[in-house]
Amino acid sequence: MTPLLQVRGIEKRYGARIGCADVEFDLYPGEVMGIVGESGSGKSTLLNCLAGHLKPDAGQVIFDTRADGPVDTVTMSEPARRMLGRTDWAFVHQHARDGLRMNVSAGGNIGERLMAVGARHYGDIRARAVDWLDRVEIAENRVDDRPSAFSGGMQQRLQIARNLVTEPRLVFMDEPTGGLDVSVQARLLDLLRGLVRQMGLSALIVTHDLAVVRLLADRLMVMKDGHVVESGLTDQVLDDPQHAYTQLLVSSVLQV
Amino acid sequence: MSISGEKKSAMIDLSGVAKSFVLNNQGGAVIPVMAGAGLRVAPGECVALTGASGAGKSTLMRMIYGNYRANAGRILVGGTDVARAEPRDIIALRREVLGYVSQFLRVVPRVPTLDVVAEPLLALGVDEEKARVRAAELLARLNIPERLWSLSPTTFSGGEQQRVNIARGFAHDYPALLLDEPTASLDPVNRAVVLELIEAAKARGAAIVGIFHDDAARARVCDREADVSAFTPQAAA
Repeated sequence: MTPLLQVRGIEKRYGARIGCADVEFDLYPGEVMGIVGESGSGKSTLLNCLAGHLKPDAGQVIFDTRADGPVDTVTMSEPARRMLGRTDWAFVHQHARDGLRMNVSAGGNIGERLMAVGARHYGDIRARAVDWLDRVEIAENRVDDRPSAFSGGMQQRLQIARNLVTEPRLVFMDEPTGGLDVSVQARLLDLLRGLVRQMGLSALIVTHDLAVVRLLADRLMVMKDGHVVESGLTDQVLDDPQHAYTQLLVSSVLQV
Repeated sequence: MSISGEKKSAMIDLSGVAKSFVLNNQGGAVIPVMAGAGLRVAPGECVALTGASGAGKSTLMRMIYGNYRANAGRILVGGTDVARAEPRDIIALRREVLGYVSQFLRVVPRVPTLDVVAEPLLALGVDEEKARVRAAELLARLNIPERLWSLSPTTFSGGEQQRVNIARGFAHDYPALLLDEPTASLDPVNRAVVLELIEAAKARGAAIVGIFHDDAARARVCDREADVSAFTPQAAA
């Protein structure tokens, strides 16, 4: 099987300081990988390099495109990369307002992404928007409301609907449950798990919450000072950590 | 039957398995917990791990599941070497071949019990309706009242959670099963149901490794015992 994503030697520097370095991994279709580490460990820098939001100083991000097979997205043209960002890739931001248009209705937020890939029929677009609102548990009668009138949890679910409506194959998530109440987090986790399974999505999830990765991710990568210090099966890394930093991380979690 | 014939037929086959824990934040202390562990379990066979508390029964079981990393040796389950396999191969193995009933239920909060039990089947691509019917059957058999099926098991009693865990572990007919004290904290009626489930799994050809503190249960379902004390590293060596 061809990996969906092959990451080779990714490095990003901020002047003399290392953002992330020597990152390598393969992600296969249907796999969900968590990336954990403390603030400043380079996990968000890495995610942004992989998703094309930051240009890495070195390395390749090879994506198995539908049309042309594996292509290095770092060196592909800007329009091609943007097209990827609207079709096969999706990015769920920690703050929903970074991923939504706050002055456009909920239905419009979902429809916009469909229109970006060529949908023109108003009835179809609206029907699909309503279908997706339902899938993320937002009532149909909120379709014309703006996200600014939504709660934080609803905004996050709307952002997910907007991202998944074009049926991407790879979803990047940056702290998707950060800043939400625990009860809202649980509902979002359940929703994400269901969608990942039903749609056969691959996902990269950056978080500092070990409980979130345990429930969502098949695999885990632990970062410290810009480097990957340990990686493997999620439950193995959490229950039998090998690296000193991972051992510290796991033993520092407060038991509820 | 020849010995080589039997060798081929083992579903679970361990040899030379060793494990130490290294505590990097406590002066790099190395704690060897197992060395030279071997175990073979054929389809339809149930083997009990025995040994005093702390002898390494759970550690060995967790290594077979790929939850703990083995430092040496081979852990073949259905032909996959868990000690060396890539995460995605272990995930596929756990989805299709290797089931594990742990002592603790770990679930996404708010997910209804029926869905928790049906999940292993859904992950295999079984039709939703079929998966729920099978889940309902198991829950009914394990005497979980139907009015609880739509609720999350996180608020259930210990015994109820244990039964939900067992229902989930038996939802798919895994060719290999690991059972960590499956009858602990169960009343006699439910204990009997669990023993029947284990016997049925053996009858359909599952290879089972179990930890049973319940002597009578062990005597009833297990074909033989493997004392893990034999794999304790020699401190004097």
